[in-house]
Amino acid sequence: MLPGWNASRLTASLAIVCLTLLSFACGGDGGTGSGNETTVIKVDGSSTVFPITEAVAEEFQRSGKVKVTVGISGTGGGFKKFVRGEIDVADASRPILAEEMSQAKANGIEFIELPVAFDALTVVVNNQNDWLMSITVADLKKIWEPGAQGKITHWNHVRPEWPNEKIALFGAGADSGTFDYFTEAIVGKAKSSRGDYTASEDDNVLVQGVEGNKYALGYVPYAYYAPHSKRMKALAIEWEKAKVPGAVLPSPENVLAGTYNPLSRPLFIYVSRKSMDKPAVKEFVEFYLKNVKTLAAEVKYVPLSETAYQMATQRLASMQTGSGFGGVPEVGLPVEEILKRTPKT
Amino acid sequence: MSDFKHIIAKRKRQDFLFNIVGILCTLVGILTLGALLADLLIDGLVRINWTFLTSFPSRFAERAGILSSWVGTLLIMIVTAATAVPLGVAAGIYLEEYARRNWVTNLIEINIANLAGVPSIIYGLMALSLLVYQFRLGQSVLTGGLTLAFLILPIVIVATREALRTIPQGIREAAYALGSTKWQVVRHHLLPYSLGGTMTGIIIALSRAIGETAPLITIGALTFIAFLPPPPIKGQAPFVSFEWLTSPFSVLPIQMFNWVSRPDQDFVVNAAGAGLVLIFVTLLLNAIAIAIRYRVRKRIKW
Repeated sequence: MLPGWNASRLTASLAIVCLTLLSFACGGDGGTGSGNETTVIKVDGSSTVFPITEAVAEEFQRSGKVKVTVGISGTGGGFKKFVRGEIDVADASRPILAEEMSQAKANGIEFIELPVAFDALTVVVNNQNDWLMSITVADLKKIWEPGAQGKITHWNHVRPEWPNEKIALFGAGADSGTFDYFTEAIVGKAKSSRGDYTASEDDNVLVQGVEGNKYALGYVPYAYYAPHSKRMKALAIEWEKAKVPGAVLPSPENVLAGTYNPLSRPLFIYVSRKSMDKPAVKEFVEFYLKNVKTLAAEVKYVPLSETAYQMATQRLASMQTGSGFGGVPEVGLPVEEILKRTPKT
Repeated sequence: MSDFKHIIAKRKRQDFLFNIVGILCTLVGILTLGALLADLLIDGLVRINWTFLTSFPSRFAERAGILSSWVGTLLIMIVTAATAVPLGVAAGIYLEEYARRNWVTNLIEINIANLAGVPSIIYGLMALSLLVYQFRLGQSVLTGGLTLAFLILPIVIVATREALRTIPQGIREAAYALGSTKWQVVRHHLLPYSLGGTMTGIIIALSRAIGETAPLITIGALTFIAFLPPPPIKGQAPFVSFEWLTSPFSVLPIQMFNWVSRPDQDFVVNAAGAGLVLIFVTLLLNAIAIAIRYRVRKRIKW
């Protein structure tokens, strides 16, 4: 038989557990009541923008008592939360779409669109690929457009001089801004892509895929290519609509010079106008624009030009709401050009 | 006669063969776990130190730590245990000792068995629409803990019932014969005797919950969080605060997931380090379960 103390100890611990359970309700109420004292700034969205915002949030929290949380829900997922008013700032690797803008309007959410850095979508192939140094946008379109599904399965289907081997395709998952931007820039219509490729939200999966297959082709954000530049080969991109003809390699210099088109893209943060009334959020966003130049470079992104940052700061100061794209995605636009436009709400 | 010997030899050969197959099957599991552990140890051991445990995540791999995620894991586990254990044990006792055998009970039992097999992501979706949006609990420690509590509730119920079933019917009858009420039987005999089995079940369930990532990602557990929830004990009255329940959180598996998917490969080492901590905690929990079972079994004699 068990000694009695064990049973009574069990009852005691059960009682404590039940008490804790009972106090949940009070705990919840007390939390929301006193929750206003310490502001938590909520940021969510693109995984591509995440490293930059994370760096800013890390530095910002070092200096003050304000708390910042940064989530990764993808650009689309971030906007879904943003237009419902659940978060203060949305990270985005593509401009806000018309549909998302109308949802925001319906919920009374106004926003300020601020470009923060560049990314260069990098088309990568295996190191042993000896038939490609550059590729034209037209050929990329041939490979990636929806009609290619089941038809363009071998390299020589694109161009007869390329090998008669199966292409292994690696690309971004459908909820990412990377996918939206790539399809917009290459196929000409956002989200329009063939479906029979290896899709992953985790770019390291794509990197490994391209590294392991001689006949692979994929696209990843430049920040994922840069640390692996020895493990795979980036292709120079030849765009028929470019002002200066010729193939351009992805590099910080070419991106900043505006020649790596149409695959260099600005990354944005969207700030809720209502949240800007909170001093902590205002301080955070101002801190963001002031320090993003150094911090973006630290995490291997290409910072914008000084003029662009100045224009963004001005836009923030004057609280200009709306998107410079008006819900219609465009590719290959200089950031200064986007900021010069009067944003449409 | 030689025919007979021949048949025996054949049977023995079959026996031996099955023995070998059995050993191989066992080894597959053990070797995989061993290889995984060795791999994690080689990668992650260099990162395990005091600073790693007491630092917040950072953009620099060598500066990044798991403070906010292990505290998050701990708090989530407290909420999960505090909810799932009383509910699960009480439900188990009711179903095993009190409930009449009728179609309602049967329906409940079938449903509990089914719930135990529901994929964890479904619990996440349920929690997202019910807890986060309907009850407006937000992406808080409370939501996370309750989600995992739902997830392990069926396991706790089943474990409690199994433990109660191992108690001989004679014990109950003897207690009734002495004039005990049903509650007295449960409280003085059944609960203490089933403690070993119940606790083992609870701890196994908790060690499953501790590694869950999918339902917490669904409810929106955050990945970068460089602060701790407010402390539960305060300097002034009423001394106890439950504000931490409403705090946003991150947990170890989500922190690992985040580190593995980063461009900078140095973070993989951090992920391995966090994995080691997670495996260590899980093994510790399992060891506690075994110890409790051993102690309780040793003391029970009937």
